Amino acid sequence: MAERVLMKGNEALAEAAIRAGCRHFFGYPITPQTELAAYMSKKMPKIGGTYLQAESEVAAINMVLGASAAGVRAMTSSSSPGISLKTEGISYIAGSDLPCLIVNVERGGPGLGGIQPAQSDYWQATRALGHGDFHVLVFAPSSIQELVDMVFRAFELAEKYRMPSMILSDGLMGQMMEPVSFPEVEVHTYDKPWAACGHQNKRPHNVVNSLYLKPDQLEKIVRERFARYEIVKAEEQRAEEYLCEDAEYIVMAFGASSRISKSAVDIARAKGIKAGLLRPVMLWPFPEKYVRKYAGQVKGFLSVEMNMGQMVDDIRLAVEGRVPVEFYGRTGGMIPTPAEVAEKLSAMAGGVK
Amino acid sequence: MAVVYQKSSMLTDAPFHYCPGCTHGIIHKLVAEVIEELGVEGKTVGVAPVGCAVMAYDYFACDMVEAPHGRAPAVATGLKRAIPTNVVFTYQGDGDLAAIGTAETVHAATRGENITVIFVNNAIYGMTGGQMAPTTLPGQVTQTTPYGRDVTKAGFPVRVCEMVSTLSGVAYAERVAVDSVPNIRKAKAAIKKAFTAQIEGKGFSIVEILSSCPTNWGLSPVEALEWLRQNMMPYYPLGVYQDRTEKGVFCNE
Repeated sequence: MAERVLMKGNEALAEAAIRAGCRHFFGYPITPQTELAAYMSKKMPKIGGTYLQAESEVAAINMVLGASAAGVRAMTSSSSPGISLKTEGISYIAGSDLPCLIVNVERGGPGLGGIQPAQSDYWQATRALGHGDFHVLVFAPSSIQELVDMVFRAFELAEKYRMPSMILSDGLMGQMMEPVSFPEVEVHTYDKPWAACGHQNKRPHNVVNSLYLKPDQLEKIVRERFARYEIVKAEEQRAEEYLCEDAEYIVMAFGASSRISKSAVDIARAKGIKAGLLRPVMLWPFPEKYVRKYAGQVKGFLSVEMNMGQMVDDIRLAVEGRVPVEFYGRTGGMIPTPAEVAEKLSAMAGGVK
Repeated sequence: MAVVYQKSSMLTDAPFHYCPGCTHGIIHKLVAEVIEELGVEGKTVGVAPVGCAVMAYDYFACDMVEAPHGRAPAVATGLKRAIPTNVVFTYQGDGDLAAIGTAETVHAATRGENITVIFVNNAIYGMTGGQMAPTTLPGQVTQTTPYGRDVTKAGFPVRVCEMVSTLSGVAYAERVAVDSVPNIRKAKAAIKKAFTAQIEGKGFSIVEILSSCPTNWGLSPVEALEWLRQNMMPYYPLGVYQDRTEKGVFCNE
């Protein structure tokens, strides 16, 4: 068994990325992802890797585009306002069918917002990481160990499906320390015959590009990409089910808020309320299969988020009006307590039992 | 029969989309010939801009990447850091390089990023139909300066070679023009020197090429070249602005 070490989320993520074969990190300073970049700046020079502090988030994501186009594993990390700046590059990366890893250690918004943990970028991560028709694989870790394991998977799936991966962490996950062990696995990579790495006079030139001036051609490319997204939706939906089997009320929460919600479910159970937790492990593809499975069983869903209610939209879309879907959340860096969530569950169940 | 002239193997057979009289074609040819002559086509990766040269990826026969507007130096940085033994160049216009991409240009230069930038300055946004560029001259009429560029409102044109030559990471910076045969020959020599500097690991190299845009200047190709000589050359003097190609940028400090 691999050694267990106590690490901060941001540092564990960086170490996992290195172990997953990433040797090219491009970033720009922002709180609360600081430790991730600092760790990279310390480690990369020792292993022949690249740590480059770019002049802006815009430049950093375009360096990722270049490195990925050359065929290497590349990543960047930032926090909410910085991710907004990266969205131009993310759209081009998606439009060029390039893999990469983008980490968002979320903080409160909009604007400069705050620096405390939030989940207000759910809509952005799942719908609006740039202009145009495209998706990004979105991973939502709820423990540092899961964060580590996801890094390997995020790189692998990005290459498998030729699309960007995002790990949606937050200030809480980034700053929190937990024991982790790093999996001693063979890193799986995919051939990249499309890479712009120099043709060595042995093949026709490769072009990494997102421009298609003929509308029928662009539509065809986008449709092909969406056909790939359908495979992703069929294969990659992931959720953790906790006490869902006999649940009458299911809480849905991801990342930091799912940890709080788990405690809330325990409190509710102690009060005699049949509560469960359905935790999306990936936000895109959204685990709609799981939601549908329980939509005919439960009396209601409760979405618990550290924002004003964003994932609740996806739950409602999957539930298709069969049962009520309610929301409880705090925002701006405020963190809901298990007691608050349990109280909301009690209210849904018709008062304290 | 002896071959006395042929198209560079670094150019594909795709027909150029450029307007009649546009000098992009000459510049493509020069870049292609230099890469071919240096024998590095197989390990060269080019980065196309947004602007008139956006489809340069179809014309150069080396591997190509199309960058977002202005971001070519950042994309090139990623390509170069990934495979440092490759030869990486960007091909950018004035709007791309000196307006939206100023930060990427300046910082790639100051890092001494070992890439080559081919900067085509024609004092106008060509592809979008002739708007004011960062290099549009004082008084120059464009679609968005219909009364001539008023520097009290629109500011002054950017002199890129002068600006980047102050940065320690720049190994080579030269401004050339493609208005005449002698100048075209000098332009090719400058491009060759810039690529050679990169191959020898000397640091950031940039060649600014004064170019014409007959379509958007509203002139015939011949008049346009004369306008370039009369108006652009005085504001943007030709010459070498920085040369640290002997020792390289990291040994000069």
